[in-house]
Amino acid sequence: MHEAVVLQTHNLSKRFKNRWAVHDLNLEVRRGDVFGFLGPNGAGKSTTIRMLLSLVQPTAGEILLFEKRLRSHRNEILSHVGGLVEAADFYLYLTARRNLQVVARLRGGCSAKEIDEVLELVGLRERADERVKTFSHGMRQRLGIAQALLGSPEFIILDEPTTGLDPQGIKEVRELIKRLSTERAITIFLSSHLLSEIEQTATSMAIINRGKLVVQGRVRDLLDNGASIVRIDAHPQENAIAVLRRHPAVHNVRARNEGLDVTVPPEHISELNAMLVAEGVQVRALIPRRSLEEYFLSITEHASEGL
Amino acid sequence: MNIILRNELLKTYLKWRTYIGFIAIAVLVPLVEIALKLEGGGMVRRMTRDLSQDFIFVGNLFNGYFVTYFIMNSLWVHVPFLIALVAGDQLAGEATGGTFRLILIRPASRTRILLLKYLATLFYTFSLIVFLAAVSLGLGLYLFGSGDLLVAGKVLTILPGNQLPLRMLLAFGLATWSMWCVASLAYLFSSLVENAIGPIVGTMTVVIIFFIISNIQIEFFESVKPFLFTTYFNIWQLAFEEPIPWEMIARNGGILGSFSIGFYAVTWYIFVKKDVLS
Repeated sequence: MHEAVVLQTHNLSKRFKNRWAVHDLNLEVRRGDVFGFLGPNGAGKSTTIRMLLSLVQPTAGEILLFEKRLRSHRNEILSHVGGLVEAADFYLYLTARRNLQVVARLRGGCSAKEIDEVLELVGLRERADERVKTFSHGMRQRLGIAQALLGSPEFIILDEPTTGLDPQGIKEVRELIKRLSTERAITIFLSSHLLSEIEQTATSMAIINRGKLVVQGRVRDLLDNGASIVRIDAHPQENAIAVLRRHPAVHNVRARNEGLDVTVPPEHISELNAMLVAEGVQVRALIPRRSLEEYFLSITEHASEGL
Repeated sequence: MNIILRNELLKTYLKWRTYIGFIAIAVLVPLVEIALKLEGGGMVRRMTRDLSQDFIFVGNLFNGYFVTYFIMNSLWVHVPFLIALVAGDQLAGEATGGTFRLILIRPASRTRILLLKYLATLFYTFSLIVFLAAVSLGLGLYLFGSGDLLVAGKVLTILPGNQLPLRMLLAFGLATWSMWCVASLAYLFSSLVENAIGPIVGTMTVVIIFFIISNIQIEFFESVKPFLFTTYFNIWQLAFEEPIPWEMIARNGGILGSFSIGFYAVTWYIFVKKDVLS
């Protein structure tokens, strides 16, 4: 059974002067999803998010949240939505708690207990009464997530929430997102340029490039679709290339410094290994490189070439 | 109190910038009053020198009311800067700090946020003028005592001391009204840019240019003057005319109010349509 749709966009478009930042974008996010929103820099991710949060007015198209039009039900819809757009900016001269109070009042207010809870959740309870100007970048990002959680939203939109964080901070935010999804059943719209982050946290995803949707679907389905890339470290390389090119399932062989990148369906990888060994080629390493990153890079490169 | 208005007042009054105006007044006004005290009434003697041959001036004309009137005359061109300092930062400061992204994604309409920010701006203006009144009048009465007020306008008028508390109240009320017009202009400029310096400089540029045109006696500018809000800036001085010209106060006050509403309306139009890209 399909889960209810939380977000739908129909031909969503935004034009700045003579450039389309987003063009005919159709997205669909289902309840309970952690939706990864990927694209290279300048692809239109932030503009899309700003439209979803009513910071930017679409030039054309429609946004439906909880099956209602954002244009005509803005306040009602946004009372169920939390957001963090790009860097977490706050009133630096106010304390973390005061900043959250400012946000809470714009939602109609919330209890001191709830503010303490979200601060606890992001690990800032101890620093709640310190001014934000004394916070590190990572702490501000966590406070950014805390403000997005105020009012117990059903849907939160996080735009590059791990930008500028150290590896430990990235790990913490990633775990927090997973917890929010599983323990609080919050639907999460997550944009990031760190593709590994999406790969590890998202259940479904969309990739956009130059303002247009390239692909959308379940992460699992997208990963199982098409050929994978295998990195083969073999010697001598020239012989290996010749052998590999003879195999009918091999789509492409690219020589790189670290070895050969071979595009081939996963079920043929063991055959390739056997063939190379039989032809007297030494196979030092055979590393499947099937990841969202390869997929993302190949698909965006392909999209760029097509434009 | 409306909780969003409380937000805006909290943000305004917890900012260091807000107190620059108060500090300036707290330093400048006592300085002027102490200097006047040390001078020992020379100013009143100069004003009455020609008349003292034909009239006898009885009582204390060099008093707290006179000093306050003198300070208002001296400062009312400079106070707009202190107003613009805060009003010009109200919207542009949010854009600079990136905090529009924090507040404009909430279930509160832009119209409501804009209005409540505007009310906070007007309240700041009001509080600054009240502070100016309290310091200049309070310290003035303490240092110089009470008495009648000598006003040198087209004619030399002496207003009895028992009328002066209410006239002062009216004058400071009208000063607030005219400064609200400056605050509205700075607020408008604040909606146009993403840096508070622009609105402050812009507001002062407009005020100074318009003020000069409003006061310069050149035939060429006469037809323009009615359309400049600075022409009506001296509305507070009407509180010291005898009798008080209520009709003129209502007319000039109405014009200043119209300017304020006009500036706010343009701000609203810009703000609700604005794409937040900061």
